[in-house]
Amino acid sequence: MDRGDLLTAMKQCVLDGDVEEAARLAELSLRQGVPPIDSVEKGYVQGINEVGRLFEAGDLFLPELVASADAMKAALEVLKPWMEKAETGRKVIGRIVIGTVKGDIHDIGKSIVASILVANGFDVLDLGVDVSPAAFVEKASEFGADLVGLSALLTTTMPVQREVIKALREAGLRDRVKVLVGGAPVTGRWASEIGADGYAEDAIRAVSVVRGVLGLP
Amino acid sequence: MAGKRRIRPISPRLRIEILTKEDIMKIHEASLEVMRDVGVRFPSRKALEILGDAGAVVDPSTMVAKLPPDLVTKALASAPPSYTLAARNPEDNIILDGTSCWLSTDGCGIETYDLETGAKRLSTKKDIQDSARLADYLDDIAFYWGPMVSAQDIPAEVRPLHELQAAFLGTSKHVQPETIITEKMAEYCVELAAIIVGGKENLQSRPVFSVMQCSADPLGEDAGSIEASLVAAKYGIPTGFMPMPMSCGTAPATLAGNLVVTTVDSLAPIVLLQIAYPGCPVFFAAAPTVIDLHTGGYTGGSPEDYLLGGAFNQICDFYNIPLSMGAMATGAKLPDWQAGVDNSLSTLMPVLTCTDMLTGAGMLNGSKILSFPEIIMDCEIFSIVRKVAEGIRVDSETLAVDVIKKVGVGGNFLAEKHTRKFLREIWRPTVFDRTPYSVWEESGGKGALDKAVEMARSILAKHQPLPIDPVTMKEMDRVVRAAERELLGR
Repeated sequence: MDRGDLLTAMKQCVLDGDVEEAARLAELSLRQGVPPIDSVEKGYVQGINEVGRLFEAGDLFLPELVASADAMKAALEVLKPWMEKAETGRKVIGRIVIGTVKGDIHDIGKSIVASILVANGFDVLDLGVDVSPAAFVEKASEFGADLVGLSALLTTTMPVQREVIKALREAGLRDRVKVLVGGAPVTGRWASEIGADGYAEDAIRAVSVVRGVLGLP
Repeated sequence: MAGKRRIRPISPRLRIEILTKEDIMKIHEASLEVMRDVGVRFPSRKALEILGDAGAVVDPSTMVAKLPPDLVTKALASAPPSYTLAARNPEDNIILDGTSCWLSTDGCGIETYDLETGAKRLSTKKDIQDSARLADYLDDIAFYWGPMVSAQDIPAEVRPLHELQAAFLGTSKHVQPETIITEKMAEYCVELAAIIVGGKENLQSRPVFSVMQCSADPLGEDAGSIEASLVAAKYGIPTGFMPMPMSCGTAPATLAGNLVVTTVDSLAPIVLLQIAYPGCPVFFAAAPTVIDLHTGGYTGGSPEDYLLGGAFNQICDFYNIPLSMGAMATGAKLPDWQAGVDNSLSTLMPVLTCTDMLTGAGMLNGSKILSFPEIIMDCEIFSIVRKVAEGIRVDSETLAVDVIKKVGVGGNFLAEKHTRKFLREIWRPTVFDRTPYSVWEESGGKGALDKAVEMARSILAKHQPLPIDPVTMKEMDRVVRAAERELLGR
């Protein structure tokens, strides 16, 4: 496969949401000596941009967007170890740690938000569900997070969002880590009451809120 | 009210079949295959021990139990097909025997449209007691489910107990909470209810509350909910698990695939309870739906929901265990056209397959906002569906040939005895607007919603449920205080 075909195939596998193919092509590109940064920028990212356009136009739906994000992620996992420091200058526009708070096992909403953020070029670390305030602090620090996303689906676990913000403050991280809250019972009023930086009612809105909070265009 | 049978279920004569017998068998077999090969996650050591001892293949690291088909079939056989949901007022008892559909309130909301100001605000304990009083008054509502909203003015640790207390105070009908999700809270709720029936040992014959839990779809249960349900089952309190698999999200995109996930997630915990306490009253529950394809969110109403609602009831009939079906969960923000369409169709389909419990009336925005007038308007929908589901009786008396002959060509039937005998079978509106145009105009253009608001205000200003005597009240307060001491340290 010549380089042009390979890059086109990379774009296509993201459009198709084909995780296996995305990883396979990434390995192939390494064997063929394609610079990883080229594979990302000229291949996979082209696909994710096209997916974004089609989604906005209403021609693609959320499950397809998530599959494309997964394909993108699979390719990046293969390529990352091979990318030189300089090359990781790949446009990482923000580093985000996300999870559902302690006592709450609701998973899918938070996972959708994580996928959509990945699809939009953010580096996302998904901590899963039932995550303690201490774990949020530790991982945010390790990952060098610009923003922490806190999900809660129960009125009884919403207060944990406040605890995480408090824990971030006590660890001295709050000045450089923004906080976004979400989940069915969460409202904009609740977000300001607990001192969060932002709130979005659904995954698509979350992207623009994150951009706003991080001061991105 | 006393002395008069006041709760009105629907006993449908009209029936539809969405699934054939072969379809049901295929879904049954697929569900058995999934439970055997993949298993279900029970993140509770207690539950896994019970299942393991009975022959399930348990993986302690993943907390997944694989359930052999024989084990499932044998466990289900001990579940009673019929039992009574008792009420604080025995006249309000309801019997789940597969012949009638009983409507409850909807629940688990977080906000309320204030009845006085119309403004949306956070929900409180008083909203629970008020909505229970309204439910107590309305004949179409058979039991209080939920609570309708979360008592957010009460500390989270003791909230479910306060909610149950508020519901008991507001209505003498049966109460079915969905917020008892820890073993400890279940014990306190049992203690609270025991006061009403004169001791825990009486709860089995007179369960004045039942318990609904949520499943963690797909193929999973929640630890606290499972352990709370074991407490309920121990005391003979009816218990069910409500999966809400959303096609494309937590269930396959196809509706048949969704029904497999719904069946597994509703059935697996029933298997556990039957192994632990054979013969304990259990019920299926479900609110299967699809995601909103653009946002991934919960929709609360779609043609798929209507089909799934009817179809899953046929599956439960096959297992011969009562079902509570989620209905009237419209995603509409206001009591509007969308709410009317959604709630009519989501009620009609499960009624035409004769679901036992329909859950329920009075919420907007996908069961998130309580609306008092919506409770009344949903009851109106239920009463319309009742009339439709009763169908048409054809016999010599209803054919009315004698009276047709008597009136003859060009006459009318107004003053006929036959008319007087049957006119009360004709549906009459409570809030539907049928006024002449000029009357409507003079009233300032008031429609069904305005009428429902006025009704809700007037009922809540006057109606008091069967009171709880002061001694019982004091005892109930004592249980609540004890819980607060233990769980809040005060």
